[in-house]
Amino acid sequence: MGVLANFVVNVLPYITFIVFVVGVIYRIAVWWSRPSPIPIAVFPGQRSVGSAIVRVLSDVIFFRSLLQFKGNQILWLGAWLFHISFGLILLRHLRYFLGAEAVPGWVAAVQGIGIAAALVISIPLLYLLLRRIVHADIKWISTPADYFVLLLILSVVLSGLYAKYFARPFVVDVKYVIRSLMALKPVDLSTVTLNTAFLVHFFLVQVLAMYIPFSKVMHFGGIFFSPTRTHHFGGEAHTKQLEEA
Amino acid sequence: MGEELDKVYNVELKPGAGENYVCHLTKPEFAEKMANKMPTEPLPDDQMVEVALKRLDQLRKERKSLQLYLDICVRCGACVKQCHYFLGTGDPKNTPVGRAELLRKVYRAHFTISGKLFGSLVGAQKLTPEVLKNEWYKYFYQCSECRRCSVFCPYGIDQAEITMAGREVLNSVGLATKYITQVISQVYKHGNNLGIPEAAFKANCEFLEEEIKELTGVDVKIPVNKEKAEILYLPPSADLFTNTDTMMGVAKVFHAVGADWTMSTYASEAANFGLFFSYDDIKAINLRVVEVAKKIGAKLVIFGECGHAWRAARQYMEAMNGPLPFKFMNILEYTAEMIRQGKLKLDKSRNDDVIVTMHDPCNMARAGDLVEEGRFIIKSVCNNFVDMDPNAIKEKTFCCGGGGGLLTEEIMELRMKGGLPRATAVKEVVKSHNVNYLAAPCAIDKAQLPLVMEHYEIPVQVGGIHDLVGKALILEGQEEFEAEQAAKAEAEAAAAEGPSVCGLCDAEFATMEECCEHAEKEHKISKAQCDMACEPKK
Ligand code: HEM
Ligand code: SF4
Ligand code: SF4
Repeated sequence: MGVLANFVVNVLPYITFIVFVVGVIYRIAVWWSRPSPIPIAVFPGQRSVGSAIVRVLSDVIFFRSLLQFKGNQILWLGAWLFHISFGLILLRHLRYFLGAEAVPGWVAAVQGIGIAAALVISIPLLYLLLRRIVHADIKWISTPADYFVLLLILSVVLSGLYAKYFARPFVVDVKYVIRSLMALKPVDLSTVTLNTAFLVHFFLVQVLAMYIPFSKVMHFGGIFFSPTRTHHFGGEAHTKQLEEA
Repeated sequence: MGEELDKVYNVELKPGAGENYVCHLTKPEFAEKMANKMPTEPLPDDQMVEVALKRLDQLRKERKSLQLYLDICVRCGACVKQCHYFLGTGDPKNTPVGRAELLRKVYRAHFTISGKLFGSLVGAQKLTPEVLKNEWYKYFYQCSECRRCSVFCPYGIDQAEITMAGREVLNSVGLATKYITQVISQVYKHGNNLGIPEAAFKANCEFLEEEIKELTGVDVKIPVNKEKAEILYLPPSADLFTNTDTMMGVAKVFHAVGADWTMSTYASEAANFGLFFSYDDIKAINLRVVEVAKKIGAKLVIFGECGHAWRAARQYMEAMNGPLPFKFMNILEYTAEMIRQGKLKLDKSRNDDVIVTMHDPCNMARAGDLVEEGRFIIKSVCNNFVDMDPNAIKEKTFCCGGGGGLLTEEIMELRMKGGLPRATAVKEVVKSHNVNYLAAPCAIDKAQLPLVMEHYEIPVQVGGIHDLVGKALILEGQEEFEAEQAAKAEAEAAAAEGPSVCGLCDAEFATMEECCEHAEKEHKISKAQCDMACEPKK
């Protein structure tokens, strides 16, 4: 496994990093630069910059719009559980990145809930997958890419769980790999014990990261630019105008 | 409430059900008038794709909304059941996301890396003339640009933005509908959608003045083309023909508060069909309004009861035609303000014959921030008001089924199907609260909803909000006139009871009744024609 492992650990991460960062910045730069001269806010809701910010944040944090219709409530639950778990898992992984010796206290504090999230996330993932198969209308609108990204994330999750509970690579070694990569230092694979399960997990994560800039997952950036939500078109100004008139 | 509406959401998927609803193609004489320069006939197949792609590329670079909404949809399906045309037809291409994908798949194939590399695996498909003619032309004209989908989408993706862009791409290859281009060309010629020439417009205003005089005894003016005025009023032109009660209600309000107002035959139409066609035409139609307002020195421009007129004004006018040397508002805001200031004398009991519910025009609610004023006015002029299911009003209002430039005969079946959710919500309050009046402050609604109500056999009258205002509003001098009229009628009735004379033989009788009997017997004049012989004694 020498050459392949070496590639996954010592070469691919740099490519992944560049593709991810450049890709994400490029996509966001495109949206940023597009003009939006017509205020197309969907009322009622935001009448000022402040209320527009509140509206966007309530969508980002609580997926508020999904709660506007009874029939979407299960989707809301599934999507929200999935995202919050995803976020917690990401936070938990910071322990590999932060602190040369011991991790910062808050990273240590989220370990427990991070593990819980990792155990839970498969449920909403399976639900999101199943609904694309079960509901005729959702099935009709789904493309292969929609299944692909869910399966990819599911395999990241499962390979991670397998590595953690069954293959058990040394945490110290994983941290050493990540810290070396961050310092742009090559990892000498003969000095660490990494097993196949970890390598598979590490590989899949990188595939996911490289896939993101080219895919719909970019919605996490786009939501902050959505004109129907970010525009406010001074409802307050309009009201004031009327009072004067 | 709500159970019947809930059933509407159980839709059976019927792919292809919308295939047969196709608007008539435009004609050269209309197409050539458009501000958005377009070929007057569909381009030959071998040129179509290239021209369309060029236009699409241009549009996505000009509009953040388009670019973003092409990119970030996750196809979660939260919007699927929010479109009335899907609920009515069951065609997945009539779901907001399904409709948008018709354009997105082309965008991906031609403008994204993943689409170029992976093709149909990522839902990409190259553009062909068939896609333009059979998918885009059909389904972008089965969207009423109502924006309901965007309320429920986690990212606020507004399918109307994609429809509008799709239609502009279609224009660029000569595919546009007859109805919309005809209406717009009428605005450029006559200043209004219906194509009413100046003389007829004025004659109608005079006719309505007489009508008000007859009913109230008050000289209410409906001024046209005054050289200077404080207020320029823009009605939907249908208010001068079919929805005259709305127009008279508005005129009475202006009269009651002593406003210095006028209408103009150069811009005698609030509606702006440019919204259904192209940015260029929105701007050109708005420009007529701005020009007139400047010319007559109006300080305030007021838009009548028309939904998309309000959107074109509220969201586009300042951005496209600004800076504006005047303020503008909707007649609902104006009247609500006048009521608040106590300038209108209202007698609610005059509307006691109606139990009212209100249909929010999509563009007033979602694009115009106007949901409370209408309700406030109705409650100020009527004793009986009840709202429909919360899922069918305000920002969640359902389209009437005829918006977005779809108010045309050849797709009547689609219009009726699209009206299903609205009709169902109305039916619920008709059953539960005996509602008999559906207030719809929009000219498209007033044309579409009566047909929908008839189709679904729902016994309500459809009318404007100012129709109700007009009924409740009491003008100065009106009560005296009414008292006089009543006295006259009473006198006539009393006289009919009292002594009478036979005009043919001068015989006198104690009552009219007796005289009529005499006339029948002696002069062979039937009782129905009794007044030929008998009259009250002076
Ligand atoms: C700004 C924060 C974000 C918001 C508001 C948000 C919102 C949503 C919503 C509402 C859905 C629809 C649920 C569904 O499709 O089933 C969704 C789907 C998805 N999100 Fe996010 N998201 C955010 C960030 C992220 C991030 C950071 C990722 C990271 C990888 C991500 C990955 C996904 C994936 C893969 C799906 C697709 C699920 C499917 O296909 O069913 N999201 N997101
Ligand atoms: S709700 Fe929004 S993100 Fe979901 S499918 Fe519809 S348009 Fe796409
Ligand atoms: S804008 Fe209205 S008609 Fe068009 S897709 Fe959305 S819900 Fe349907």
